[in-house]
Amino acid sequence: MSIAPVAPPADSQLPAIRRDIAPLLLVPLLMLAMLPLVGNLATWLTLSVAGLAMGMMIFIMASGLTLVFGLMNVINFGHGAFIAAGAFSATLVLLPLRGWLEMDSLTLNLGVLALAIVVAMLVTGLLGWAFERLLIQPVYGQHLKQILVTMGGMIVAEQLIHVVWGAETIAVPLPTALRGAFLLGDAAIDKYRLVAVAIGMVVFVAMYLILNRTKIGLLVRAGVEHGEMVEALGYRIRRLFVMVFAAGASLAGLGGVMWGLYKETLTAAMGGEIMVMLFIVIIIGGLGSVGGCFIGALLIALVANYAGFLAPNVALVSSIVLMVSVLLWRPAGLYATGRG
Amino acid sequence: MLAPDPAARQPLLRLAGVHTHIGAYHILHGVDLQVARGELAVLLGRNGAGKTTTLRTIMGLWRASSGSIHFDGHDITRLATPAIARAGIAYVPENMAVFSDLTVRENLVLAARNGPPDTARVDWICSFFPALRTFWHRPAGNLSGGQKQMVAIARAMVEPRTLLLVDEPTKGLAPAIVHSLMAAFRELKAQGTTILLVEQNVQVVRALGDTASVMDDGHVVHAGPMAVLAGDAALQQRLLGLSLDPHL
Repeated sequence: MSIAPVAPPADSQLPAIRRDIAPLLLVPLLMLAMLPLVGNLATWLTLSVAGLAMGMMIFIMASGLTLVFGLMNVINFGHGAFIAAGAFSATLVLLPLRGWLEMDSLTLNLGVLALAIVVAMLVTGLLGWAFERLLIQPVYGQHLKQILVTMGGMIVAEQLIHVVWGAETIAVPLPTALRGAFLLGDAAIDKYRLVAVAIGMVVFVAMYLILNRTKIGLLVRAGVEHGEMVEALGYRIRRLFVMVFAAGASLAGLGGVMWGLYKETLTAAMGGEIMVMLFIVIIIGGLGSVGGCFIGALLIALVANYAGFLAPNVALVSSIVLMVSVLLWRPAGLYATGRG
Repeated sequence: MLAPDPAARQPLLRLAGVHTHIGAYHILHGVDLQVARGELAVLLGRNGAGKTTTLRTIMGLWRASSGSIHFDGHDITRLATPAIARAGIAYVPENMAVFSDLTVRENLVLAARNGPPDTARVDWICSFFPALRTFWHRPAGNLSGGQKQMVAIARAMVEPRTLLLVDEPTKGLAPAIVHSLMAAFRELKAQGTTILLVEQNVQVVRALGDTASVMDDGHVVHAGPMAVLAGDAALQQRLLGLSLDPHL
């Protein structure tokens, strides 16, 4: 819905809005700064695209986490369970339809992949709904209990995955059409990484439009800052909580599918293993900020890639160094939300 | 929908023996308060007397531990805050709680539950607060304290409500803005909106209020016409520790 009942005066009559664009410049500046250090344009391009693709997958997984923290003030250490559950749920489609994945048909390949993503997001959305009702609701406002309960929930979820799918690592086939790379000069750009970049951009744009152009989005943004006032305006924020939690779980499920296909193997612990990185991303971005999360995810992945190439020993601590650097510059993260 | 309660029909808002605890603290000690339909009732009292807690308890933001709250003939004591708001009560908190990340327009869109805000009503609101028109597409967080208060009041006015609860709206504001706020309240009252106004600046509301209630230590210690309190310097001194007469 939108309204335009009052024509605002020309902008020239108003004081200028101070837009905070400094964080937006970090990603292009980092990429440009690394070009002379890497020294080779093709290598730099390959590293950069790989970093952007990894960053997009991390963003998809982390966006739900930051939204849940921002709106609900819930520290969900169980978020990794949705990543693993999403990836394993996708195998319900990917493995039986393996034949279609291995056919040399882009339509069939993408159709199966899309179906797997839909199934994974539905399953994790439902799991998220149940998780919120059963585990999160009794511990609203109690951070220590939230940490214990959600970590416990993740352990239980991992064991349930073992029960359903077995304890062995599961190999998932990458669709034939997405194997291999395009050659751009001497640079090799993986097809799957381009798909990851495209899906990440779609998720980001969709989240941006929903948060900024719909009343639900307004409610979420308002709820991040003053949940109590949203209730005083007549909206049931608990319903919003459940919806956002389920949406966050769905996004984690989507991220899990993308991450699983990227690694081509699935383990029950795959979500838990990446949780530390996700927390670093949302801290860098500013807790509750989707835009900050997007920039943080890209920065983390690009820095890891460049560091892995230039100084492999430093790569292990690159995320921590990046987080410390950002927090020294902006203690509340790149984009602090109203929650503070 | 609320179940009608024929036993409680007369005043629009009636609090009877309301006690409120916040954690281990016992804040309201049996508040009795009535607000008649169409009046502007002023709730006075020193800091810490329980005025804000009373408004928050009415809105269900803090639960009454005992006692009852009736609104428009219905018992709302145990209702959740959204249901109380949907029953027709608008609330402007002391801290304004403007959504700073949202534009002025988005703040008002959110407050309009029944679809897009009515154009004529928005124009009417902007006649009291022209700054809203100026900053229509600006994030509310970029506004001054007075402009934020205008947004908070406008949010409560954007759709007709039966009762408006306003908590210290003039605190720290310039006289010109206070004048605009009072003009808006006067117009709302003229249109039939009932207002319960918590205010420290008694000079501002003495001409506007129909009734005045004074709280102290979690009780209502005085309730009556504003004219009675305004005309009795000794009573003012005893209840408020000050005089409503302008300082010369």
